[in-house]
Amino acid sequence: MSYLNMLLFGIYPFIAIAVFVLASWIRFDREQYTWKSGSSQLLRNNLRLHSNLFHIGIIFVLMGHFVGLLTPHAIYHNFISTENKQMLAMVSGGLFGTICLIGLVGLLKRRMTDPRIRATSSTSDILVLWVLLIQLVLGLLTIFASTQHLDGSVMVLLGTWAQSIVTFQIVEAATAMETVGIIYKLHVFFGLTLLVIFPFTRLVHIISVPVWYLGRNFQIVRQKNHS
Amino acid sequence: MKIRSQIGMVLNLDKCIGCHTCSITCKNVWTTREGMEYAWFNNVESKPGIGFPKEWENQDKWNGGWKRKADGSIQLRIGGKFRVLANIFANPDLPQIDDYYEPFDFDYQHLHTAPISEHQPVARPRSLITGKRMEKIEWGPNWEEILGTEFAKRSKDKNFDNMQKEMYGEFENTFMMYLPRLCEHCLNPACVASCPSGAIYKREEDGIVLIDQDKCRGWRMCVSACPYKKIYYNWKSGKSEKCIFCYPRIEAGMPTVCSETCVGRIRYLGVLLYDADRIKEVAETPSETDLYEKQLEIFLDPNDPAIIAQARKDGIPDSVMESARQSPVYKMAVDWKVALPLHPEYRTLPMVWYVPPLSPIQSAAESGKMGMDGVIPDVDSLRIPVKYLANLLTAGDEKPVALALKRMLAMRSYKRSQQIEGIEDLAVLEQVGLTKKQVESMYRYMAIANYEDRFVIPSAHREDAMVEAYDERGGCGFSFGNGCSTGSSDLNMFGGKKANRRDIIDTVQVWE
Repeated sequence: MSYLNMLLFGIYPFIAIAVFVLASWIRFDREQYTWKSGSSQLLRNNLRLHSNLFHIGIIFVLMGHFVGLLTPHAIYHNFISTENKQMLAMVSGGLFGTICLIGLVGLLKRRMTDPRIRATSSTSDILVLWVLLIQLVLGLLTIFASTQHLDGSVMVLLGTWAQSIVTFQIVEAATAMETVGIIYKLHVFFGLTLLVIFPFTRLVHIISVPVWYLGRNFQIVRQKNHS
Repeated sequence: MKIRSQIGMVLNLDKCIGCHTCSITCKNVWTTREGMEYAWFNNVESKPGIGFPKEWENQDKWNGGWKRKADGSIQLRIGGKFRVLANIFANPDLPQIDDYYEPFDFDYQHLHTAPISEHQPVARPRSLITGKRMEKIEWGPNWEEILGTEFAKRSKDKNFDNMQKEMYGEFENTFMMYLPRLCEHCLNPACVASCPSGAIYKREEDGIVLIDQDKCRGWRMCVSACPYKKIYYNWKSGKSEKCIFCYPRIEAGMPTVCSETCVGRIRYLGVLLYDADRIKEVAETPSETDLYEKQLEIFLDPNDPAIIAQARKDGIPDSVMESARQSPVYKMAVDWKVALPLHPEYRTLPMVWYVPPLSPIQSAAESGKMGMDGVIPDVDSLRIPVKYLANLLTAGDEKPVALALKRMLAMRSYKRSQQIEGIEDLAVLEQVGLTKKQVESMYRYMAIANYEDRFVIPSAHREDAMVEAYDERGGCGFSFGNGCSTGSSDLNMFGGKKANRRDIIDTVQVWE
């Protein structure tokens, strides 16, 4: 096993997760004023189509990754065969990935070419979109790569890698990644890198998805602390 | 019954001269930062006009405030909770900054550095968003100043609803008034209800509505939900900001900056007690024209022994109760009924109220005789149509507006005959249902308007809000972001920027 493979797919995941958790925690605790979605809609209100497409696409793609990679093989075999699961992943991933891509390209074009948006963008705002674009294109390319092996063998290896990481089996994880194609390796690497840059960019707003709004009272009154 | 107290405001439009001192002092204190140049926590509009931002009163366009559903309950006009969350990626009801105006500055430095030329150099405008040259300024914070722009555009004013507005475009019939506006610090705020993060809250002790800048995530639903469009999205910080009712001053017993600096002495600040348990019921009042009367019912009499006892039980300090008994806002809104809420039909139960303006007698100039109602002129002969004021202040019900105007006319008439002719004309008071004592008090508060009478603000009981005062010693003052530790480093690994650092257009000072 090559040392580079061990570093990138055995050790880097833990570095990435550690940076993701610790830096997010520090930012939330110490610099919450910087924790925001970073909307630019006020400056140019033309993102309705692309922002919705991008967000809907990426939410489904992310959920697909979680379910697809982390469900143990023994469990999903009760419902679906390996071959069919790969086909399902390719079709649904392809569909939502394309939806996401249309939105992302639109948003990226807006950010790079609209003078107002460009002037008020930070480096990280622009960087995030480009990294997401690279990652999304790599992800879509894996669909074409997957048509070469419809038996689901690569998908099983990737699932083994993810499940080994979350169960701290470093050697198994690195071994699983050893034989997969370069496209998959790049996709995983950029995915981990997204975790690394996550706490330092506007991506943190993902953590703040305000679902509890549905359960709260309309009005909020704060009392002085009488304790 | 759950009694809470609020610092309310009344603006006497009859005395507003439209000088914008309130707006300017407010801006200088709170919103000169990059990202907030376009925002005016306080602004003064010339009415009739579409206002700032454009057509803010047209809720068919912006969907602000609440609406009453068929089952009698109320819901945000922007939609139920699921719809609010579904629109979080792209808010369909959000104004673009051009609906306010593109903020600009001028190249003043060019006036210093321009070479000798035949023509005088000019300072041309530059956008504060892009930093680029603006060839033409299309709109500003007060574009309609003193009936600027043509009537066809101004008459899109929502307050012309149900009126024959064409005649008011004619020079002989035209009318105008000033409307200073700020956050209403509502009892049933739509902004609070719309915030997905729960970052906006109303303070129990003084009713001030604030946005927790740490908790705000920039989902910008509050901008849409507020029917008064008094929440502004700071495009630099990515957080929404709003009028804070100068709470650091209020806590110290001082009036807000806009009130303190008002040269016309039109602003009043005082305590109102209200029954928090009845807010929902009042906001759900079936008829829009009843909302004003119902909101009056929610205010409690600070002289009533039962109310005093209950207030003590609900933890309201005696100093607040004493202020409530002296409150000019209570006197004008509840006692004399000369102050009225701004657009009660939005169902937010606003807490900044307005005394409608008197205006010159219209028909006298034309016919040589004016309509009289006893010794006072008929309010229908005033130049500003009562219907227009009613659309602004009482959801279209003319009776409360007419009563307020008549009472002010009666006060003038009574004091004129008392001071010029030496006659006590009690008949005119009877006609409008005022006692001699009330009208003398009205005269003192509205005509003399001493500082001590206009501002009756109990200082906050800071000791209630802390465990140990000694521990607070040496703490930091007002600061952005990370407590006291912001000042040391310009580099922030999370992208935080100093609020007073300008990125788009650097402010340079050249010494010659």
